[in-house]
Amino acid sequence: MGLEDRAATRHIAELRAVTKTFGNVVAAKDLNLTIGEGEFLSFLGPSGCGKTTALRMLAGFEKPTEGEVLLDGQVVNDLDAHHRPVNMVFQQYALFPHLSVFDNIAYGLRQRRPRIDRSTISTKVEQALETVRLGDFGPRRIWEMSGGQQQRVALARAIVNEPKLLLLDEPMAALDRKLRKEMQFELQNLQRQLGITFVLVTHDQEEALSMSDRICVMEGGRIVQVGSPRDLYDAPRSRYVAGFVGTSNFFDATVADTAGNSVTLTLKGGPTLQGTSDTLFSPGQEVCVSIRPEQIALTRAAPATGSAFPVAIRNRIFLGEHTEYLAHSDALGDILVLVPRQAELNEGTFNAGEQAFVSWNDTAQLVLEK
Amino acid sequence: MRLYALCVYLFLYIPIGIIALFSFNAGRHASQFTGFSTKWYGKALNNPFVMDALETSLIAAFLTACLASALGTMAAIALQGVRGWLRTLFDALIYIAIMIPGIVIGIATLIALVTVFGWLNPLLAALWPDGATPPQLSMGMPTLVAAHTMFTMSLVIIIVRARLAGMDRALVEASADLFATPWGTFRQVTLPLIAPAILAGFLLSFTFSFDDFIIAFFVAGSETTLPIYIFSSIRRGVTPEINAIGTMVMAASLLLLVMAQLLLRRGASKPPA
Repeated sequence: MGLEDRAATRHIAELRAVTKTFGNVVAAKDLNLTIGEGEFLSFLGPSGCGKTTALRMLAGFEKPTEGEVLLDGQVVNDLDAHHRPVNMVFQQYALFPHLSVFDNIAYGLRQRRPRIDRSTISTKVEQALETVRLGDFGPRRIWEMSGGQQQRVALARAIVNEPKLLLLDEPMAALDRKLRKEMQFELQNLQRQLGITFVLVTHDQEEALSMSDRICVMEGGRIVQVGSPRDLYDAPRSRYVAGFVGTSNFFDATVADTAGNSVTLTLKGGPTLQGTSDTLFSPGQEVCVSIRPEQIALTRAAPATGSAFPVAIRNRIFLGEHTEYLAHSDALGDILVLVPRQAELNEGTFNAGEQAFVSWNDTAQLVLEK
Repeated sequence: MRLYALCVYLFLYIPIGIIALFSFNAGRHASQFTGFSTKWYGKALNNPFVMDALETSLIAAFLTACLASALGTMAAIALQGVRGWLRTLFDALIYIAIMIPGIVIGIATLIALVTVFGWLNPLLAALWPDGATPPQLSMGMPTLVAAHTMFTMSLVIIIVRARLAGMDRALVEASADLFATPWGTFRQVTLPLIAPAILAGFLLSFTFSFDDFIIAFFVAGSETTLPIYIFSSIRRGVTPEINAIGTMVMAASLLLLVMAQLLLRRGASKPPA
C-alpha cells in the first residue's frame, strides 16, 4: 500500500495556517498539513518544537490562536475535546486508577448518548482486550498491571471507540528499549489491521522512521519538512533535518560557481567539490555539505575517480554488522565512516593512527542551505 | 533528652489518664479512688440534660461537617484555577482562619452577628404585615453551625486541595477525550479520586465542631452543647459523671481522628496513574 494511494483518498484531518501562542511564546507557527485517511503520520522533533501543541490542537485540548483545524472537512476550532471523534493515548497513559481495566476501556462507550446497551459495551470491550492481547485482564486493577500492559490498556481504551483519528503522545517514552521495539511492531500491525489513522508524536527518530508512512519534522514551532521516511533520509532539505533523521557528516563550504543544477563548492580548508542540488544557490553563499557515514568508502589507496581525501584514523568501534571509524582530515575536519562487515573483510581493519583515504560518489553529496 | 520527652508526654497525658481512671471510680469524689464501677457511665447516659446537650452537639457537628465539606470542596476546586496575587490572598485568608484563636473568632462572630441582627430585626418587623408576629433573628443553632463551618471549611480546603494537587491533570483530559462532559468528568473521575480527602475533611470538621467550647460559648445563644454543659457542671464541682462524659467524648473523637488519618493515608498510597 503505497503512500500515493493513500494520499489519493480523503483527507481525514487538516491544519490550515495554524498558529498557537501562549502569552508571548509562539508554540506553533503557520502549520499547514493534511492527514490522509488510514495513514500513519509522525510529528518528529526535539522537546519544545511544537509537536505536542499540534497534537493537542487536533485533540481539542488547545484552541488555535490563528488558522483552522479541520476534521473530516469540518472546521472544529470551537468543538470541545469531548465532542470530537478523536481519541488519544497519553504519555503516562492517564488510566483511571479507581476503575478496573474493563471499566477504563468501557469509559468512552459509556459516555455515548443515546446510551449503548450493556451487552454491546461488554462485547466491544472484550474485543478490544483481545486486540491488544490482554484477554483475561478485564477485572484487574490498573496498578496491578506492568508498564507495557498499562500501555496496551491505554491503547484499547482509545481504539474501542473506533476514532477517526488516534493520537499518540510519546506512547513509548515510559517503556524500556526491548519492550519499545516490540510495541513498535505491534502498533504498526494494529494500525494496518484496524485501518484507523494514527498520528504519533515522538522525539525518537528511530521510532518515527520505523513506523510512519509520513513524517512531519518540526523545529521551533514550524514544520520544516514533510515526507516519507525514505525521502527525509535521502533528500533532507536542511541541515537540521539531515541531522535529526539519521546521522550525517556536515562540512561548511562556500558556493564558488553554479551551472544549471550543478554546484562548485570551495571547502573551508581550500579544496573544491562538485555537487548537485535542486535548490538554487548564488555564488558566494555559505552552504553546508552533508554526507551519510555509510556512503563513505575507507580505503588504503586513493581511488582512481571521484573526490578522495587523505585522513588519519582516530578511533574504531566494532558494532557487529558494521564498524564505525572516526577519522580526521586536514581539509574536512572530523569524519564519521560506517564500514560494512564485507568491505572491512576486503580492505582489512584500520588501527588508530593509520593513514587512509575517504571517498564517495558525487551523488552522495547533498548541498544544503545553512 | 529522652527524659525530657517523657516528662512532656507525662504532663500531657496523665491528666487525661486520671480522668479516664476516675470515671470508673465507685466513690463520689474525684480525689480518692474507692473501687471500680461503671455506674457513672450509666448515670451520665440517663441524665436528660446530658443527653440533650449531646443531641445538640451531634446535630451541630453533623451540620457543620456537611456544610464544611461541601463548601470546602467547592472552594478547593475553584481555587485550582486561581493564580497570582488572588491566589496568595486566598491562601493567606485560609491560614488566618485556622490560626486565629478560637476566642477571637467567637467574640468577633458574636459582635458581628448581634450588629447585623440589630439592623435586620427592625427591618423585618417593618416589612411584616400587621397582626402577625415578625420573626426575631437571634443566636442559636444556625449561628453556631455558621461559625463552626467558617472555621472548619479552611481545614477541608487544605486537605482536598492537597489531594487535587496530587491528581494527574491528564486524567481530566483523558476523560474529556473519552467524550465525558465537564460534569461527567467531575462525577466519574475527580469526585471518586478526591472522595477520601473529602471524607477525612468531614470527620475532622465533625470532631472540631463536637469538641469546640470557646466559639460555641459565644455564638450558641440558648443552645447548650456538650462542652458547654460540662463547663457549667464543673462549676458545681467535678463529679465522676463528668469524667465519664469526658472519657466518652475523648474516645469518640480519637476514633474519628484515627479514621480520618487512615482515609488520608489510604487515599495517598493508592498508586497514581
